[in-house]
Amino acid sequence: MKNNSRRGFMGKAFGAVAGVGAVASLYAMKRSWDPLPSVKAAGFTTLDMSQYKENELVVEKWRGKPIFVLKQSKEMLDTEDKNMSEITGKSTGTMDKKRLIKIGDDHFLVCVGLCTHLGCIPGYRPDKKNFLCACHGGMYDDTGMVTKSPPPRGLDIPPFKIDGMKLVLGESSPEYEQMLKDGITLKV
Amino acid sequence: MAHFTKATSMHDWLNQRLGIDTLNRVLATEYWIPKNINFLWAMGMILAITFGMLLISGIFLLMYYQPNVNLAFDSVNYTIMQEVGYGWLWRHVHGVAASVVFLIIYIHMFTGIYYGSYKKGREMIWISGMLLFVAFSAEAFSGYMLPWGQMSYWAGMVITNLFSMGGLHMDGLVEWIRGDYVPAQAYLNRFFMLHVLLIPLAIIGLIGLHFGALRIPHVNNQDGEEVDFDVEAKKYLAGDKANSKVIRFMNDFLAKDMMVVGIFLILFFYLVFYHYDFAMDPVNFDPANGLKTPTHIYPEWYFLWSYEILRPFSTNVGLIAFAFAQVIFFALPFLDRSPNAVPASRRGLFKIWFWAMLIDMIILTAMGKVPPIEPFGTIGFYAALTFFGLWIALPFITMFEKKV
Repeated sequence: MKNNSRRGFMGKAFGAVAGVGAVASLYAMKRSWDPLPSVKAAGFTTLDMSQYKENELVVEKWRGKPIFVLKQSKEMLDTEDKNMSEITGKSTGTMDKKRLIKIGDDHFLVCVGLCTHLGCIPGYRPDKKNFLCACHGGMYDDTGMVTKSPPPRGLDIPPFKIDGMKLVLGESSPEYEQMLKDGITLKV
Repeated sequence: MAHFTKATSMHDWLNQRLGIDTLNRVLATEYWIPKNINFLWAMGMILAITFGMLLISGIFLLMYYQPNVNLAFDSVNYTIMQEVGYGWLWRHVHGVAASVVFLIIYIHMFTGIYYGSYKKGREMIWISGMLLFVAFSAEAFSGYMLPWGQMSYWAGMVITNLFSMGGLHMDGLVEWIRGDYVPAQAYLNRFFMLHVLLIPLAIIGLIGLHFGALRIPHVNNQDGEEVDFDVEAKKYLAGDKANSKVIRFMNDFLAKDMMVVGIFLILFFYLVFYHYDFAMDPVNFDPANGLKTPTHIYPEWYFLWSYEILRPFSTNVGLIAFAFAQVIFFALPFLDRSPNAVPASRRGLFKIWFWAMLIDMIILTAMGKVPPIEPFGTIGFYAALTFFGLWIALPFITMFEKKV
């Protein structure tokens, strides 16, 4: 009887030590699967925004994903104003251009170039000023808003920080936080 | 200490130390198989042999494959295919076997469903078999990543994206699985490890469990007959082989089994030598490119039915439907409420259920392959609804089944 209780105690003591060890090694295994610091550090891309031409789509790369950069022309902004005033009833003002990033006096669409439906890459049609996804026929206007389903939402906008004429992708800023708050984009 | 005598032969020397006679008796000569079975009972042996061929061809591929995003594509398509002597043979055996193994698994599964081989003490055979199906699926997917072509990359992108759980947007989990924001070096390396070590280890362990689960309830038969294996084995050993309902696993049963295996191997090597292309997607002969999507992304044929269940619904509903389809077959022994462990042909409504399920899965597979245009989208949608309808109906139609 005395022996049994002693064995029982040893069993429990071993169980406790092994349990701690198991939890600790699970944590180590989880951490080993984490993205490496070098991968995380490579998660920033700086774009020089003075190099882009109006209504000409340029595809950049950030975290391995394609990034669309589209500088808006005067005509595109006017159409945008007109559409927005039809929706909101206001002549012009703060509701529009929320999806665009203003740098200097220019407006840019900067977004992840993956269709929000199943992740294909939509193509830009400069004459029609819209994006068409060949996979399932989804369409977006020149600000990345959905104009034809199946995509559930507009093209996602990556975290950005404006630095003079430069744009840093991967770093958040008050402007980006405002976009998240307004529900313009999901966190990428 | 056990008593050892001077060995009279090599056999005796080994037998004293390892008990090889007992082992042979338990595993082979006195492992009893019913007489009333047909060629469909040979699928298990065909699967074991196909797994063996995957292992051997895989070992040779492993000697030249480079798990590096810059080298992987060329190590497969140039080094193995053009430089290594008979490298093409190992690759084509590996690719064709990976595809054919799923055809045999599906035949093996539907044989079990038709003859009720998941009931009355055979539940663990079914469950361990389903675990093997999941492990083989993971093995096939991880292997598909390794040539690092366009389909590897984009299939990896889409499948790992499923773990964001749709509306829950768990992007952190997806990045954790990938080890990067997109499939890249860390991703290729860890899926290489999974493919060549961790999942094969799990498969070998599960095969052991699957065989072990078979020993106590024994093999089912094609007449739904409850055989008393002890009584029949005594009859056989007493010399009354004609009246005994069982035969030895080795050599009696195995002789017939290997005959079916032989026919399978002729067909298999016909595919390897003359039609290997069916297992090789042409799109995967373009190197992976994260800035260019293939126009039409679809999985290999054996995943098409569950892909089609995912596709016609909105993101969240589709994911729930997909998850349901992945696990529901595990529940078969418990959703089938009938005590009858007999062939479906004698089970009334269940017979209709069986053929409806088989045909529905073939329709889902076909619809998963074609582009999502009408009328295919609608057919796929109704086929997916039929799949759920059949599973919901199963407990009810089997509850009222007459005892046979």
